Amino acid sequence: MRKITLLLILLIFISCKDEVDCCVNPAPVNITLKFTHNWNGVPVTSSDFNDFKFTTENGESVSLVKLRYVVSDINIGNKNKSHHLINIGEESGLELNFNEVDQGSNILKFTFGFADANNIDGAYQDLNSVSFNVPGMLGGGYHYMQFDGKYKDNNNDDANFNYHAIRAVDKSDPNNLVFKDTSFDFDMGTFNFQNDTIVEVKMNIAEWFKNPNTWDLNILNTVLMPNFEAQKLMQENGKTVFSLGDITNN
Amino acid sequence: MKQFWIYISSFFILMNCSSKEEAYEPVPYNLKIPELFSDKLIAPILPANNPLTEEGVALGKKLFFDKILSGNGTQSCATCHNPRKAFTDNLQFSSGIDGIKGSRNAMPLFNLAWNFDEKFTWNGQDFTIENQALEPVSNPVELHAVWKNVTERIKNHPEYPELFLQAFGTSKIDSTQITKALAQFERTIISGDSKFDKFLLGKTNLTQEEQNGFNIFMDEAKGDCFHCHGSDNNPLWTDNQFHNNGLDATFSDLGLGTVTGDPADNGKFKSPSIRNLKFTAPYMHDGRFATLEEVINHYSEGLQASSTIDPLMKKVNQGGVGLSDKDKADLKSFLLTLSDDEFINNTDFQE
Repeated sequence: MRKITLLLILLIFISCKDEVDCCVNPAPVNITLKFTHNWNGVPVTSSDFNDFKFTTENGESVSLVKLRYVVSDINIGNKNKSHHLINIGEESGLELNFNEVDQGSNILKFTFGFADANNIDGAYQDLNSVSFNVPGMLGGGYHYMQFDGKYKDNNNDDANFNYHAIRAVDKSDPNNLVFKDTSFDFDMGTFNFQNDTIVEVKMNIAEWFKNPNTWDLNILNTVLMPNFEAQKLMQENGKTVFSLGDITNN
Repeated sequence: MKQFWIYISSFFILMNCSSKEEAYEPVPYNLKIPELFSDKLIAPILPANNPLTEEGVALGKKLFFDKILSGNGTQSCATCHNPRKAFTDNLQFSSGIDGIKGSRNAMPLFNLAWNFDEKFTWNGQDFTIENQALEPVSNPVELHAVWKNVTERIKNHPEYPELFLQAFGTSKIDSTQITKALAQFERTIISGDSKFDKFLLGKTNLTQEEQNGFNIFMDEAKGDCFHCHGSDNNPLWTDNQFHNNGLDATFSDLGLGTVTGDPADNGKFKSPSIRNLKFTAPYMHDGRFATLEEVINHYSEGLQASSTIDPLMKKVNQGGVGLSDKDKADLKSFLLTLSDDEFINNTDFQE
């Protein structure tokens, strides 16, 4: 009888332990942001580069040569990462892992580019090392995006474009630069994670040329970094570039 | 009983050998990283399977200058990579031991540990410095040697076996060990003490011409050099990537395309660092430009369109960025501020 009593006590303790583990402190989960790219729904990978296979809203045939961009202040619940560079042509940075994320309700969001407070000249060694900087004469800091390619101009000749997004700077008075923070937030919403999960973040590259400003590459093609108005147009178009894709549990 | 003593003797002999090899503990090498590099860049690539040691670097240096690596004992690595010329030879094309000229300009050697993708040579054909070092020894138009013969010569050399033992703790000598030593030395070849470096550290000032030249370099509407050649925030002064910079309308040398097999890579070559241009003429992968003026004129009005030209050569349809004579002269003044006289005179890199 004494043995049975002891066994019962032991079982109660084991049971209590399980209760605490599973319901009070649920195991954290791993979340992966997976960045995918498309052109109006058609998937785009590095193998689609260097080919005039896409057409802008304005009707220009374009070939993508280089596309890399940075997202910053990436938040998943209480987890935060300073910044992350995605390079489609080199297929690097396409996934971003967050380990040990608390189960339950989590807000997912990031900033395209850098908000002014984080756009600190020369501060990020990884971005310096891949020459992602903005010249000091334009206020320094970092590119938000380097998007280089070619388009067929009005004469159907190949021409170059450098769609480089940075913090907008008005250089009308070189002694008094006026800046406008042209980064923007992408809020993916609130998620209730119970398992390891992959969250797809989709970029529709065509949107950079489309909405709300139909982009004419014959007019706006190169030397856009010091172009204050062009940077504002990029920001406006960028706000519809990202969308949430598939959510898959591992 | 006799067998017993043979076993015992053999055991002690082996123990003795083993003890001798294990007695050498190479001393870790303290890489002198310039302040701007440690401030601005991620850590250099120092492979775990070939850590820098005092003995390894010294051995690599000795090998670098030793003609023992060539087929007929007439050339060394330093023949084409002269430290006094920022490890180039000022020739359009170098000649190998048989007097046959190569088809590409000898690349300068410095700051190689910060080539983060580890793709070396003009067309990126060699991954890692160790692998790169393998190639010139056996290349018929370079040192034209047979690795097996090189290894035998080194094994029979009065000094090298001991030096390998000290560097690697083993008496084994083969091409892997030899290129490891060469790579260790090459990783120590660092240039980061030019006038412009001193300027960034607040130790000197630029002239008005040099400052204007820097502004042209950084201005997307003028030189727009910074997208490929670094900036005040990237002291490598190269992106170490591959570009078609508009040299030719058609290609006699496919460059990166020969490595990847992708036609989109034809005519692309590595962006060299613009450090030490004062010492490294002639310029471009084929040494076609004898002077910096010719280089600047190329980007200003000499660009040739082709299917793979880099979009950063944005004004190719107008021939180039169209700099004024004053801007060209100032740009050259700035470029020369990246000359590192301390580097070419550094005795650590001399024979």
